[in-house]
Amino acid sequence: MNAPARTATWHATDTRLLSGWYATGRPADLTDHLRRYGTPPVTAAHGNRHAMPLIRALEAAGLTGRGGAGFPTARKLRAVAAGRGRPVVVVNAMESEPASRKDQFLLAVAPHLVLDGAVLAAEAVGADTVHLCVPRGRSAQYWQLSRAMDERRDACLDEVSLRLHALPHAYVSSESTSLVRWLDGGEARPLGAPPRSHERGVGRRPTLVHNAETLAHLALVARYGPGWFRQAGTAQEPGTTLVTVSGAVAAPGVLEVALGTPLATVLDRAGGPAEPLRAVLLGGFAGGWLPARHLGIPLSRQALAPLGAAPGAGVLVALPRSACGLTETARILAYLAAQSAGQCGPCRFGLPAAADDFAALAAGQADQLLLSRLRRRTGLLPDRGACRHPDGAARLAASALGCFADDVEHHLTHGACPAAHRPPRLPVPPATPPETWR
Amino acid sequence: MTHTRTLRVDRIACTGRGLCAELLPELVDLDEWGYPVLLRTTVPARLRGHARRAVAACPVLALRTDRG
Ligand code: SF4
Ligand code: SF4
Repeated sequence: MNAPARTATWHATDTRLLSGWYATGRPADLTDHLRRYGTPPVTAAHGNRHAMPLIRALEAAGLTGRGGAGFPTARKLRAVAAGRGRPVVVVNAMESEPASRKDQFLLAVAPHLVLDGAVLAAEAVGADTVHLCVPRGRSAQYWQLSRAMDERRDACLDEVSLRLHALPHAYVSSESTSLVRWLDGGEARPLGAPPRSHERGVGRRPTLVHNAETLAHLALVARYGPGWFRQAGTAQEPGTTLVTVSGAVAAPGVLEVALGTPLATVLDRAGGPAEPLRAVLLGGFAGGWLPARHLGIPLSRQALAPLGAAPGAGVLVALPRSACGLTETARILAYLAAQSAGQCGPCRFGLPAAADDFAALAAGQADQLLLSRLRRRTGLLPDRGACRHPDGAARLAASALGCFADDVEHHLTHGACPAAHRPPRLPVPPATPPETWR
Repeated sequence: MTHTRTLRVDRIACTGRGLCAELLPELVDLDEWGYPVLLRTTVPARLRGHARRAVAACPVLALRTDRG
């Protein structure tokens, strides 16, 4: 993992979750954490003379989920609190998006901020258990987190019980229904709704599933209030967000930026483009390509929506002009196809078929009908799976056809461009199916 | 008292190549692998009977109509 430069001099309100890291340059243990933030204000979570109840504070703060979907956090808490039975809190730290490192980074440098958030959320909805889900195979992360939990236990900090789980690391295991299914003894594959997790999740109890970063923001809103939270970001999309910048930038890594920061500024904070850029991949593998001429656009849902893009899980991959966007997209699609949970026909068959079409296009081996077939196949992916995995792949494919339209034309008429023959630039995991779902 | 009915497919349960497209071609088409493509999800009043028959014919209970 790359550590971001700590010498940066940007405005302090943009640095929240990572401020301890920037100040000290080392992961915060419980002593560091308590010195910086004090104990989590659990009794205030229900509201008292000095503080409004946490759920209302979150609503006023306008905090939304930082896992990709961007759902209002307060609304989720409220739905779970209103459910029947004792709720459960699940921390989603699966971060299955290969281009994202932010949750892993946050948990490495400020684990107690995330745990505070989980404990506070549990308190606010009346839950007695917090399950922290991390991907299997990151043993260093697992041991660090179990040490962090031990520290809290030894200090008798929390009344709720905290449990750590290592789940199979597949692209769709981070779906909230996958987590619920696995925690109940099943496979980490998505379940078709209904029932929805917030009504009937783990052990049939109302289940609050939140991304790790979201909970860290929640922990700060609980301490400093909605007014403070709104000092960064835009009026519609307040706060900061973690981003993972990779690809052709001088200093790739995880950064914290205010929502609404122009994409070009985000890239500059990651050292700036290392060579002239063709495009950026925004949001992740299930996100979309944005031509480099749009880099002046702010990182916010509102600003990006007209371009069919979204901040997603805060992924920014800079694609240099010397690379072929079609080849890179074909590699990502092959990976996404291999990672299908294989449960739904349209995903199981449609995704590999669209990926194969795209690979033929990238290789300059398209037949006459390829483009119309590819468009039809990707057009039939959205809304036809039990989860949104096929929708994401379709979005990526469609955005590539738009962003690299000139290259598509070239590949169709003259075969692959010279860039397509160079070694690929983006790190994409091998297109192999997950080893296990349990 | 009439309610709008919405056609839904449980994508995990659906095994494809079914009768639904045959019994309800106005609303259901099949993709190249035989899995249903819903042309529209709201069931018009005149197709209620056909929709009910298609739902009943699905061997794995993957097709259903929900209220609203
Ligand atoms: S849509 Fe694909 S990934 Fe999602 S549950 Fe169905 S088969 Fe699995
Ligand atoms: S009849 Fe049922 S199982 Fe068969 S294709 Fe239709 S919905 Fe799927």
